[in-house]
Amino acid sequence: MAQPRPDTVFAPWDEPDAKPLIQFKNVTKRFGDFTAIDDLTLDIYAQEFFALLGPSGCGKTTLMRMLGGFETPTEGTILLDGVDIGPIPPNERPVNMMFQSYALFPHLTVWDNIAFGLKRSDMPKDQIGDRVEKMLKLTQLGKFAKRKPHQISGGQRQRVALARSLAKAPKLLLLDEPLGALDKKLRNETQFELMDIQETTGTTFVIVTHDQEEAMTVASRVAVMTEGKLAQVATPDQIYEAPNSTYVADFIGDVNLIEGTVEVQAKGAKPTDVSIKWSPTETPIDATSDTPPPAASTVTFAIRPEKVAISNERPEAANVMEGKILDIAYLGNISTYHVEVAPGLIIKAQATNNRRISRRNLTWEDHVYLSWTDTAGVVLTE
Amino acid sequence: MTARTASSFFVTIILAVLVTVAYGWIAGILTWWVVLLIAASLVAALYLLPHRLRREMGRQTLIATPYFWLFLLFLVPFGIVLKISLSDIALAIPPYTPTLKDGFWTMLAGLDLENYAFIGAGAVFAAFVGLVALIGMFRVVYPRARRAMMGDARSGLFDSAAGALTALAVAVVNVALLVAVLSFLFPALAGFVDIPDFLYFAAYLSSLKIAVISTFLTLLIGYPIAYAMARSAEHWRPTLLMLVILPFWTSFLIRVYAWIGILSKEGYLNQMLMSAGIIGEPLTILNTNIAVYIGIVYTYLPFMVLPIYAALEKMDDSLIEAAEDLGCSALSAFWLVTAPLSKPGIIAGCFLVFIPVLGEFVIPSLLGGSNTVMIGKVLWEEFFNNRDWPVASAVAVILLLILIIPIVLFQRNQQEADQ
Amino acid sequence: MRKFSWFNATALTFGFAFLYLPMLILIIYSFNESRLVTVWAGFSTKWYGELLQNEQFLDAAWVTIKVAFWSSTCATILGTMAAYIMVRSGPFRGRGLFSGMIYAPLVMPEVITGLSLLLFFIAIGLDRGVVTIVLAHTTFAMCFVSVVVTSRLVSFDRSLEEAALDLGCTPFDAFRSVTLPIIMPAVVSGWLLAFTLSLDDLVIASFTSGPSSTTLPIRIFSAVRLGVTPEINALSTIMIALVTIGVITASLISRATSIKARADERAAEQS
Repeated sequence: MAQPRPDTVFAPWDEPDAKPLIQFKNVTKRFGDFTAIDDLTLDIYAQEFFALLGPSGCGKTTLMRMLGGFETPTEGTILLDGVDIGPIPPNERPVNMMFQSYALFPHLTVWDNIAFGLKRSDMPKDQIGDRVEKMLKLTQLGKFAKRKPHQISGGQRQRVALARSLAKAPKLLLLDEPLGALDKKLRNETQFELMDIQETTGTTFVIVTHDQEEAMTVASRVAVMTEGKLAQVATPDQIYEAPNSTYVADFIGDVNLIEGTVEVQAKGAKPTDVSIKWSPTETPIDATSDTPPPAASTVTFAIRPEKVAISNERPEAANVMEGKILDIAYLGNISTYHVEVAPGLIIKAQATNNRRISRRNLTWEDHVYLSWTDTAGVVLTE
Repeated sequence: MTARTASSFFVTIILAVLVTVAYGWIAGILTWWVVLLIAASLVAALYLLPHRLRREMGRQTLIATPYFWLFLLFLVPFGIVLKISLSDIALAIPPYTPTLKDGFWTMLAGLDLENYAFIGAGAVFAAFVGLVALIGMFRVVYPRARRAMMGDARSGLFDSAAGALTALAVAVVNVALLVAVLSFLFPALAGFVDIPDFLYFAAYLSSLKIAVISTFLTLLIGYPIAYAMARSAEHWRPTLLMLVILPFWTSFLIRVYAWIGILSKEGYLNQMLMSAGIIGEPLTILNTNIAVYIGIVYTYLPFMVLPIYAALEKMDDSLIEAAEDLGCSALSAFWLVTAPLSKPGIIAGCFLVFIPVLGEFVIPSLLGGSNTVMIGKVLWEEFFNNRDWPVASAVAVILLLILIIPIVLFQRNQQEADQ
Repeated sequence: MRKFSWFNATALTFGFAFLYLPMLILIIYSFNESRLVTVWAGFSTKWYGELLQNEQFLDAAWVTIKVAFWSSTCATILGTMAAYIMVRSGPFRGRGLFSGMIYAPLVMPEVITGLSLLLFFIAIGLDRGVVTIVLAHTTFAMCFVSVVVTSRLVSFDRSLEEAALDLGCTPFDAFRSVTLPIIMPAVVSGWLLAFTLSLDDLVIASFTSGPSSTTLPIRIFSAVRLGVTPEINALSTIMIALVTIGVITASLISRATSIKARADERAAEQS
């Protein structure tokens, strides 16, 4: 797994000398008039767990199918280990794919499904059995080896598909919505299994998903895609804490977006300070930005609900707003409060429910204060 | 390597092989080892090619095989029919003239429309154009008439009738005008438009009549069966379906034959009716159009039942419940919900019966009498009894022309149903 | 469970009576002692015996089976190829013409198909016989096969083929080891359909057969034109029996398979 470890941090994308495993160079893919991928450039490094995240129709599946060899780019090149893989047919690529529908061969047993690719490789016959057994063990499928795909459950099928695509020890494994067909609980367990398997085998994984939680959990880096373009490529925490656009901020998790204009910096302010005027009558929002936008430009201030505190009394903080509770969404561990701070502007605030219901003192129509520090939100210009 | 290079490479090889074989044949040196040599070199060429090219060629071969087959055995024969329909009957082998033996240009110059004039194709053609015009009117004039009369899209019996009548009137005028204009403008066509031998024209008309009536009868009998099947208990349905399909697999000829014994003068039906005292004298049913209708309905019933059943079976039961919940009686729920939803099935079934019945031969010749003229039978007799190949070919061409309309409509219906 | 209704029961009873009574009468009277087919004179199987003595019918039956076997086999190969091309091959030059040529014979009246093929065979100087009937039957039956196989291929999960390619198969290998086994039921029923169509065909065979290659339907047709005979009744009964056994076996097998598959799935979800 690509989590930071105490001694070394796995972050080849930050090392200037690192050689990427996959390079997309100005790749465009058109289907007739429709542009699925629009002049996209991207590097993916060996041993990464790379997630392509986006709504359906954003081009993420097309991007993956081009790696698998099922689509060819209209323009641009795709390099694998520095070799242009454009003209190589899928059956000769050192890449394997786990299909969204699993695509298990219904007429073959689990064992034969896993052995399918090995029988078509250079592997000597006597080693195939060992390899299949190893894959069965890795995915805990030993006792289902003799069954046909329709005789096992959905979760087991998912593992067969994984075992089959890993059996040939590909340089790169592509996973198309691998957990999409599983129910939520099974999905959560399987996410961790996937991460374990990725770590044990050291294979580079590229996963396509529309589930942001899944992408955040498993991936070392996430690429958020929209309309054939990359909106942002970064680690999960960067994507969440420092989105580069309102699109990314809005797509990942829950967010409050407040539009405003940048005020002229007050005297004595730090160069990173930004003050945003969002209403003619109210106090401006104080925020910080590494690249402060020029005065009078239009910006969007984005802040996550869990970073907004809610209270009955006016607190001491960089930003304080007062308003009225319109709605409360009780989710068990947390509650989300919808607070109207100005006509038409509703800000969501989240609070952990560390007391039982009867003891809590916020309810509908209450007059409350929202507050956050000046570093809690991000200033977005896009 | 692009697909284009691969394809031209492929074509070159094929041409080379063809030339070799042709030369070998002409020179009389085409022995088994020449064939073997060619085959071996082809295989070798295939394996020496770069794999991408080989794949492309594999694809081309895959496409070329059935393509070539159909081209040779479907399209070319039809071209020959067309050519012979333009020739004249002759006492020769083959029994028509001119042939390619007379030289290509002489042959081309010898072709004429005489056979078409003889079978009254002009009238058929005019009727055909009229029918196309009628359909056009229905698509263009009818909605306009309706919109003009109502001002909005709500349907009523009156405006539908008015619209349909308008369209019909326009179409009739259209056909009449066309016939008049054709014979007036082209005096040479005057003989073409009138009908020298009424037999053929009557055969087309009576085929159409029989096809329309028997399609309607099949629908009338088939719909309740399909409906009852779709509404029966789930575990019964595969069995019922099998019972409908079973006759379809049994010989068509035998099923038609079965009715001869039933309908003949001393047949089982007459025996039964007479012993029951319902009739005093045996009825003459065999060798009349009634027998033809019975035969058609009987043999084509599965073609009607299956598509309607497929449409009804897909239907969600709760739709009827919802309609009844919203105040429909059982009957009006049927008319307002079930019937419209089974429309694609009805249309498909009607075409599946209508199209083959139009060219039917076996049923009219076994069950029908001398009064039953259907175009398939006429064609058969023209060919086998009169040995007039050119006229038989012309009859075939005209039959196909008539069939184009329902076939195109059927294709469109299927495409709509697929979407 | 739907309500039992008198209307439905009546429709089904009369419908199936209409479909099956004629055949039932035919079968019963094939066991009639008398040559007068409409008068029952006691049970006998003598017409079956006479049928087996009838060289003409036996020869025709043998020709028919040969023709049906070869034409359905060729039609299955060509029809499967055509279906695969239509569903998988993407655009190519002349695709419209190709799909037209596949679907046209389905609706083409048999008299036209027969006539055009006969004129073609005469034009190229091919003597009429078993070969010409096989060619003709292959041409019209391959279209039916391709329709059956197409409907299976359309519902076929394309990613199965992609998975095979992904795991190192060449396109041909993928077809052989994945596609073909999965569409096999459709291919088999296409073959059976082609076989039955060929067995059944009178019109096209009449046009394309030669003097030495009379098929059973041609024989039956010329006999039937003269009226009902007990031998034909016996022959019909045999043919109906064969088809019935075939269809019932096939549907029992398919039902057993689907019941087993459903049971397996249920068991799998519980495991």
